[in-house]
Amino acid sequence: MGWYSKEIGEKKQQKATLWIQCKGCKSHIWEQEWVKNLNVCPNCNYHGGITATHRANLLFDKNSFYELFADVSPVDSLGFKDLKGSYEDKITANKNKTGINEAVITGKGQIEGIPAVAAIMDFRFLGGSLGSGTGEKILQAANFAYDHNLPYIVFSASGGARMQEGVLSLMQMAKTCAGVARLNKKNIPFISVLTNPTTGGVTASYAMMGDLNISEPGAVIGFAGRRVIEQTIGEKLPDDFQTAEYLLEHGFIDAIVNRKDIKSYLGNVLSYYNR
Amino acid sequence: MAITTGLKVLEKEQSPSKTAKRPGQPSKLSPWDIVKVSRHSERPVFEDYIELISTGFMELHGDRYYADDRAIRGGFAHIDGHKVMLIGHNKGKNTNQNVERNFGMAKPEGYRKALRLMKLAQRFNLPVVTMIDTPGAFPGMEAEERGQAESIAKNITEMAGIEVPIISVVIGEGGSGGALGIGVGDRIVMLSNAIYSVISPEGCASILWRDAKYAPDAARALNLTAHALLKHDVIDAIIDEPGEGAHTNYKVIAEKVKKYISGQLKVLSNIPVEILLQERFEKYSAMGKFERLV
Ligand SMILES: [Zn+2]
Repeated sequence: MGWYSKEIGEKKQQKATLWIQCKGCKSHIWEQEWVKNLNVCPNCNYHGGITATHRANLLFDKNSFYELFADVSPVDSLGFKDLKGSYEDKITANKNKTGINEAVITGKGQIEGIPAVAAIMDFRFLGGSLGSGTGEKILQAANFAYDHNLPYIVFSASGGARMQEGVLSLMQMAKTCAGVARLNKKNIPFISVLTNPTTGGVTASYAMMGDLNISEPGAVIGFAGRRVIEQTIGEKLPDDFQTAEYLLEHGFIDAIVNRKDIKSYLGNVLSYYNR
Repeated sequence: MAITTGLKVLEKEQSPSKTAKRPGQPSKLSPWDIVKVSRHSERPVFEDYIELISTGFMELHGDRYYADDRAIRGGFAHIDGHKVMLIGHNKGKNTNQNVERNFGMAKPEGYRKALRLMKLAQRFNLPVVTMIDTPGAFPGMEAEERGQAESIAKNITEMAGIEVPIISVVIGEGGSGGALGIGVGDRIVMLSNAIYSVISPEGCASILWRDAKYAPDAARALNLTAHALLKHDVIDAIIDEPGEGAHTNYKVIAEKVKKYISGQLKVLSNIPVEILLQERFEKYSAMGKFERLV
């Protein structure tokens, strides 16, 4: 878990130049064009990372979104230290870097006029890892949807459970799924959008539990890390292994939707909610 | 963090068999030593507990979709007079056994079989007892292909609503999502030299320390021992192992495990199902530590 976090989080920082190099086709794209195209490559349709706030703006009707549970923040309850320093310092650094307090933002808004609750993960914050605060917000948002009979949508972008919180982070898988279970029982729709990357404990909990699971093109989605599997089986995996396209073929997601179309896709789905 | 309820008080007063030790009595062994004891080749495995704590084990096979995963076994059984559905990770003690049982590393069909048996338990109105002992869910290509993540996610979600009591005993290694996939319940208890971790210490060390040889440091940092997890309100009780560990006296540890399960089944079977499920939801809602900024 967390095996994906390093590369993408750091490379993004160096991108603040006039040109962006696409990780899909390696071509150089003018930054303004890249941003205008929602961080998607105009040449090869590679879907780059995007902040949670940006996603909320794309998803919800203008001025309809208001954030909930923004005050939830991680604590270093185990006093976790590795070679590079303490978790406590990492929390502070990640808050400063991203301007948010956890790896997810949660709130309520309208999608094409239909009210809904959403949790949107932000990969920049500790690799989108699922910590106690992350789990708390995802559960609280589910509870809000439950109390107000509103559809619930979660956008995942995560390397998995947050190692620095030990088993407390593992238990967030059960905690968030307990929220999903209550929505199921009340027949409230839960839609999961799996974006690049969604792996480890997040895939093995709420992200795979959508009544609809949808994804963006090329997103990496899996349980075990690619390297771990290659070590286990002693051979190279095919290139498309653990991609959205692979999951679609194997029956685990309903559709692959381009970023620019996600709002209208979800609006369309919600328009069928007849309760 | 734990929510205090009438039930918790009830449990303390009415359960003479509660074998918990409170924090303050940490093991003399280092966390890494405990990891080694939890993986000891002579440590009693699920098969031993079937033999030692239950009678009339009636094994049930298959997930009805693909296969019968030998890494997880389950079936009807009697434990101290209670009829239960007994399910556990099936680790072996030698190479031949472990090849057949895949070292207790289940594939999706294992988790799906476990869920099928839990639903069967609900149909028969029998409590579920699960025994956890796995390095983790199997990290292989076919497992991913058939939905390793989906199968674990589904179990975790469904276990939140299974309408009979669930007791989970971590008897050896509680390896991450692969453990949790049969580990959501009303009582989570660990043997004193068992471990429960979000990632193996070796895996954690190779990511955060860039070298698996720092596993002992990772083991300490991860707080994966029973003692640490009781302190952090993740588990409900610890069952003390005899002598140098469970492997030194099968009879004693089996007796203690049986007593704990039997005592808790008495308590849980008296709770109306709506309250049981509400308590389970509150138990998991309270998991974790975070702060709210002012
Ligand atoms: Zn490109």
